[in-house]
Amino acid sequence: MIGKKDLEHIGWLARLELSEEDKEKYAPKLNSILDYFGEIDKADTEGVEPLYHVLPMSNVFREDVPIKSLTQEEALSNAPKNQDGFIKAPRMM
Amino acid sequence: MASINELTERIHADSSEEIVAEYLGKITKSKLNAFITVSKESALSQAQEIDAKGHDGPLAGIPIAIKDNISTKGIRTTCASRILTGYIPPYDAHVIEKLKNAGAVIIGKTNMDEFAMGSSTETSFYGPTLNPWDNTRVPGGSSGGSAAAVAGGEAPLSLGSDTGGSVRCPASFCGVVGLKPTYGVISRYGLISYANSLEQIGPFASSVRDVATLFDVIAGHDPRDSTSVKGAGNYSLALENDVKGLKIGIPEEYFGEGIDRNVEKSVRDAINTLEELGATSTEVKMPHTKYALSAYYIIAMSEASSNLARFDGMRYGLRTEDQDWHTTFSHVRAAGFGDEVKRRILLGTYALSAGYLDKYYLKALKIRTLIKQDFERTFKDVDVLIAPTMPYPAFKIGEKIDDPLSLYLADVETVPINLAGVPSLSIPCGTSGGLPIGMQVIGKHFDEAAILRTAYTFEENTDFHKTEGS
Repeated sequence: MIGKKDLEHIGWLARLELSEEDKEKYAPKLNSILDYFGEIDKADTEGVEPLYHVLPMSNVFREDVPIKSLTQEEALSNAPKNQDGFIKAPRMM
Repeated sequence: MASINELTERIHADSSEEIVAEYLGKITKSKLNAFITVSKESALSQAQEIDAKGHDGPLAGIPIAIKDNISTKGIRTTCASRILTGYIPPYDAHVIEKLKNAGAVIIGKTNMDEFAMGSSTETSFYGPTLNPWDNTRVPGGSSGGSAAAVAGGEAPLSLGSDTGGSVRCPASFCGVVGLKPTYGVISRYGLISYANSLEQIGPFASSVRDVATLFDVIAGHDPRDSTSVKGAGNYSLALENDVKGLKIGIPEEYFGEGIDRNVEKSVRDAINTLEELGATSTEVKMPHTKYALSAYYIIAMSEASSNLARFDGMRYGLRTEDQDWHTTFSHVRAAGFGDEVKRRILLGTYALSAGYLDKYYLKALKIRTLIKQDFERTFKDVDVLIAPTMPYPAFKIGEKIDDPLSLYLADVETVPINLAGVPSLSIPCGTSGGLPIGMQVIGKHFDEAAILRTAYTFEENTDFHKTEGS
């Protein structure tokens, strides 16, 4: 069961502000979905390895030579706030 | 609905500009809301250039619509979310580069469920898309705009993406052909990620031949996607009107409780048709199918909670008033994401959080192993599997949106395919109450040839794909 306190904690982890109204609204729906997910407890997975990727993946290497990338102007073109060629972030504290 | 061959003839006789203008005109007059952005000026100038200089690409001068989670240089890309307000990609996705090289003309970006999370295209910040067959019904999702555009004659071709059925579901609900390729065959470079281990870009068209032609254009290795595989084939060569000796598996779990009787009958009739044409069929068992839906949603939500962490209002998109670092991010994300996206981020964060990782995420990944093994075992004895794409035809707008779990349940037939990473194609196989029914033909890893041949043979010997909506 996800309670109001859990929702506050998850919301913080996800950097997603939840109003009191949101918490009231989300909790029952999230819990009914989690109830349904509980079904997987019945599956026998003893000794089964988790599958992260369907295809066998290995690290991909390439020669260490520069390739074309975005210009500074292009990289900044979508930043809502930028200054002197930098993206402007909010203050830390 | 015009085919690539018909359009190519008309382009030679008239011009690409005329064809493109004709489709743009249809989009302008349409009530379907299939498009979020129409790229009228760039489309017309691209068509004029092709007319002036000539182009020998396979899609020279042919219009195409692109799902709005695929990056298009200079054309805004929204993922149907408020959080990407104002975002104009500074680069093209790999599939867009390939389309441009082939001469295709991008006429616009199509509507979708926000961040591809949904099966009805109702969660779009830009309002729902209507089903061309019945405007009170959903077109399916999440690539609902792309399927509705083809079904409604607003584009001859389109691209979608399929994470748990998002190409096949709207193909089924709108009566068009849609392909979810084997994981890794099409580069995901420039596809804005929702659940990266599950999703593939896929083509829509009104016939199997056009889907194969478009697939030939967009498939292929790309070093910018580390999961992209080498050695894509020439898929159009697989289009033979012949299924003699083809072994079809009928997975009994896909015909169980909750499947509309007309849907089941149409799919079984289609299998009979293929048998009359020389195929054989056999019932097969895939015992872990019942766990697929939960496992899929746990994995997809977990990956989403990580992938969507990048939307923080710094580099692109919506920015709210600055406060301190964490508060600003939390406010941007609260204001920018819709309810369904928030639910999935919250549940995914929960499934990955301390104390729950083993119970949800790792358990789901183990079930994924079992589901992949179900497919591997089954494919030792059969060439393709055939099942309904969706349990029922298109439902009413508003019917399920307030009950997320009931919407999730609609994906029960499509998600196992993404967990296993195998290819699957949805093709029209009948109607029920005036609405199209789709069946999916599922193949082995990298055996798109078998499913294309099966679907092509079915199409050549039946008339279902010729039935049109409004």
